[in-house]
Amino acid sequence: MKRLLFIFLLTLSGSSYALDYRQLSDPKQQESYETLTSELRCLVCQNQTIGDSNAELAADLRRQVYEMLEQGKSKEEIVQFMTDRYGDFVLYKPPFKGKTSVLWIAPVVFLLMGLIAVFVFIRRKKAAAILHPDAGTLQRDVEKQKKIRSLLEKGDRS
Amino acid sequence: MLKFIIPLLLFIILAVFLALGLNLNPGEIPSPFINKPAPNFSAPQLQAPEQKLTPADLKGKVWLFNVWASWCVSCRAEHPVLNQLAQQQAVVIVGLNYKDDPNDAQKWLDTLGNPYNVSIMDQDGRIGIDYGVYGVPETFVIDKKGLIRYKHTGPVTAEDVQQIFLPLIAKLQAEP
Repeated sequence: MKRLLFIFLLTLSGSSYALDYRQLSDPKQQESYETLTSELRCLVCQNQTIGDSNAELAADLRRQVYEMLEQGKSKEEIVQFMTDRYGDFVLYKPPFKGKTSVLWIAPVVFLLMGLIAVFVFIRRKKAAAILHPDAGTLQRDVEKQKKIRSLLEKGDRS
Repeated sequence: MLKFIIPLLLFIILAVFLALGLNLNPGEIPSPFINKPAPNFSAPQLQAPEQKLTPADLKGKVWLFNVWASWCVSCRAEHPVLNQLAQQQAVVIVGLNYKDDPNDAQKWLDTLGNPYNVSIMDQDGRIGIDYGVYGVPETFVIDKKGLIRYKHTGPVTAEDVQQIFLPLIAKLQAEP
């Protein structure tokens, strides 16, 4: 009885994740369908693509993409159709333009700032090391170094 | 001195960005429809399915286009506000009954009151897609020329009516 119940529960877990599957006759169109559903955002779930989401709106948008491909519309036309209605937010990869430029440029600027900071830091360290060779090392370390040197000069007699 | 000012400046800039981020509402997506013509449709009316309504029928009038459904919980919160707005007769209110069962929709209007001059049916959500609907309720304000002038996402509150809708409607009614 327990085993039967277990098997029954297993069948439930599978079906709850079934998304509608659509097959287009042209393999090229099928490819477009798959890229488009993985690049368009499901707007009610916000962090899922319409291909990943079980939300009703995502299902409607998948149907829309499918129908437009069947009508022979190109990928660009479909993306245009979606951004006309939902704005750039529907795209996981926003286009480069005035409003989104900060989004694209900021990482490069931060990387450059970091590189410059590291470069300046190393340069300063090097200059300081040339001017004061012992600066930054502890007195204890200086004494240890002296001891090591003297030991090396005398040689190890043990 | 510079050693302290630079980190302090960086901290202030970061704090400003974080504060802005905290106050932004990620659910509010800018609508690309503002000042664009309302997308066309020809849809059966909820209470008279043999009759169809198109935006052209409303030319010359300022109208609200309110997306609602009987399954939508926030619409229930919004409904009394719309009922009250309808009583003032300041504007034509058109309902888009979105992905709903017509019987459930009719029952909803019978029990809660009907603020809509007319409601149209969008059972498969195609008109919704044309209007970029992603969450119900949503409300569009459309002017006499048929241009969308404002979009409100989420339930309209009594304050929204006073502060946003009524002044905007008055302004649009004054336009030729």
